[in-house]
Amino acid sequence: MQYCGDFRTTYEKDVKIFQTPFIKICMGFLGVALLALPFLIKGEYLWIALQILIAVIGAVGLNILTGFTGQISLGQGAFLGVGAYTSAYLTAKMGLSFWVGIPAAGLVTAMAGMVFGVPSLRLKGLYLAIATLASQFILEWVFVRWEPVTGGSYGIVVPRPMIGGYSFESDRSYYYIVLAFTVVMTLFATNLIRTKTGRAFMAVRDHYISAEIMGISLYKYRLLSFGISSFYAGVAGALFGHALKFVSSEQFNIGVSIVYLAMIIIGGLGSIIGSVFGAIFMILLPKILSVVTETVAADIPSLAKLAISFEQGIFGLIIVLFLIFEPDGLAHRWRLIKAYWKLYPFSY
Amino acid sequence: MTMQYLLQLVISGLVIGSIYAAVALGFTIIYKATRVVNFAQGEFLMVGAYVCYAFLVQMHVPFWAALLLTILFALAMAVILERLVLRPMIGEPIISIIMVTIGLSLVLRSLVTAIWGNDILVYEPKLFPQETVSIGGIPVSQEFIWCFVLSMVLLAVFSAFFKFSKAGVAMRATAFNQQTAQSMGISVKSIFALSWIISAIVSGIGGVLIGNINGINSSLYHFGLKVFPATILGGLDSILGAALGGLIIGLLENLSDGICKSYLDLSGVKEVAPYVILVVILMIKPYGLFGTKEIERV
Repeated sequence: MQYCGDFRTTYEKDVKIFQTPFIKICMGFLGVALLALPFLIKGEYLWIALQILIAVIGAVGLNILTGFTGQISLGQGAFLGVGAYTSAYLTAKMGLSFWVGIPAAGLVTAMAGMVFGVPSLRLKGLYLAIATLASQFILEWVFVRWEPVTGGSYGIVVPRPMIGGYSFESDRSYYYIVLAFTVVMTLFATNLIRTKTGRAFMAVRDHYISAEIMGISLYKYRLLSFGISSFYAGVAGALFGHALKFVSSEQFNIGVSIVYLAMIIIGGLGSIIGSVFGAIFMILLPKILSVVTETVAADIPSLAKLAISFEQGIFGLIIVLFLIFEPDGLAHRWRLIKAYWKLYPFSY
Repeated sequence: MTMQYLLQLVISGLVIGSIYAAVALGFTIIYKATRVVNFAQGEFLMVGAYVCYAFLVQMHVPFWAALLLTILFALAMAVILERLVLRPMIGEPIISIIMVTIGLSLVLRSLVTAIWGNDILVYEPKLFPQETVSIGGIPVSQEFIWCFVLSMVLLAVFSAFFKFSKAGVAMRATAFNQQTAQSMGISVKSIFALSWIISAIVSGIGGVLIGNINGINSSLYHFGLKVFPATILGGLDSILGAALGGLIIGLLENLSDGICKSYLDLSGVKEVAPYVILVVILMIKPYGLFGTKEIERV
């Protein structure tokens, strides 16, 4: 929040992440709340919190590619899968440590993403979206068929991480590992878009011909964007695999890609905070829907079958309504709310 | 692998391909006129197949009437969807429109499963005679021939419609430049509605044809996903391309599947082959066989 008299006189001040002391205090409180969270909630709720943290990483990654660089990707689900399988293979089958598995998952997925990103050098918009859709189906097929590595339809059982003798077996302890990854990777993304690379991404998004004329190598930055985005997806997927302690191909189908795309569109394209909002929204929505349908089913048994089969439909309907009535996403709404309270009660 | 097996693969590939062609035609019509990428095309096919089932089997309407009612239903559905969902999205970024049609596909899919359930349903009575006929010594089911012929007729009719009818020319004009079309007195709004209507009808008929051969179940929407390789191969905005692309994808998918099964002992190639082809095409010929190459002026 900015008060009257808060003028930014230098460029450094303008690009600061935390603009005012008030924001710093707020972030401090948020940090404390996130650290205290596992002691306040448990069981299923803690599991939801874990899922949200992991989804934030994946959504931030996709937003770097789609929101900041303007390359539509319908393959995020499969890239999560590449990360999950890499880490699962290294830890469960080769006996390596979690701390090797996670970075390796990120790097392998980044490589895979760059391979599938090569068409992006020639393709734009829709054609690229469909090329990434193809990568989704091809990778999904590999997950099922490459049995020596992926375990085929049986999947792989994955251990939770260890440090020294301490095993992060409980959800509560694992939460802190995931939280650390989420915070570091979100901060990294926030910083990335303030650098030359980030500005180059946005230039490529806004007008790629102008960007090229200004000396930005499209080749380099598009591939880099695919690489970074897939790195995020790989880490998120690996963390998810270790969280679930099991990796199989159904967890990374086209539906997952769609959910991630919905996260960044509903949250707000080209906005880190939007990715966070979107991840929270899209993880919570199905949970709330299933609670609602279960209540309906319990109260009116004749509607039970209908309600359950319509859960997906309501999910789709909410996406449609959201896009029609809130096309700029939650991040935009958030800005409006902030602007309202900044001037409260004297808004013009 | 015998010659006979190979020929059988070719024939069934062509039949499936002709359905792909019909759905791809629907997809291309919408894309050409409105620049909307319809991810719900497979669901249009699914809805058509189920609605026809409802009339034919559940209400015992004769086939020609059931088909007519299905077409009317597709028409009404397309008008409503275009007006309520797609029109507010005009001018939004392409990614939002993709998302809206994906949302739409989820809604349609769950409506269908909510009404008809997940089981396989079979058209009763069968629409076409069941006896097989022999083509070059290969027994071919008559359903296959009918299905192929009907979808080819459908494609021919709509190609002619685009080339010669007034509405077809208006649609092409709109696809070319909306503002100019509007200043020539073409109602762009009704052209948008018309393209959705045609698309829904074509896919609906495709659904009826495929339902008649294989029976219908809730995974019928998978046809919609095969549309992408077909249309990309043909070029996104070419009607002829969509037809050819559909046939080629159907053929290649069946052949590669059969060949991998007998020589490499690898099953399930069918699911992935079209997408591998898609990536290869995009690498070699980014605008497909007949697509217009976009030229950008700055």
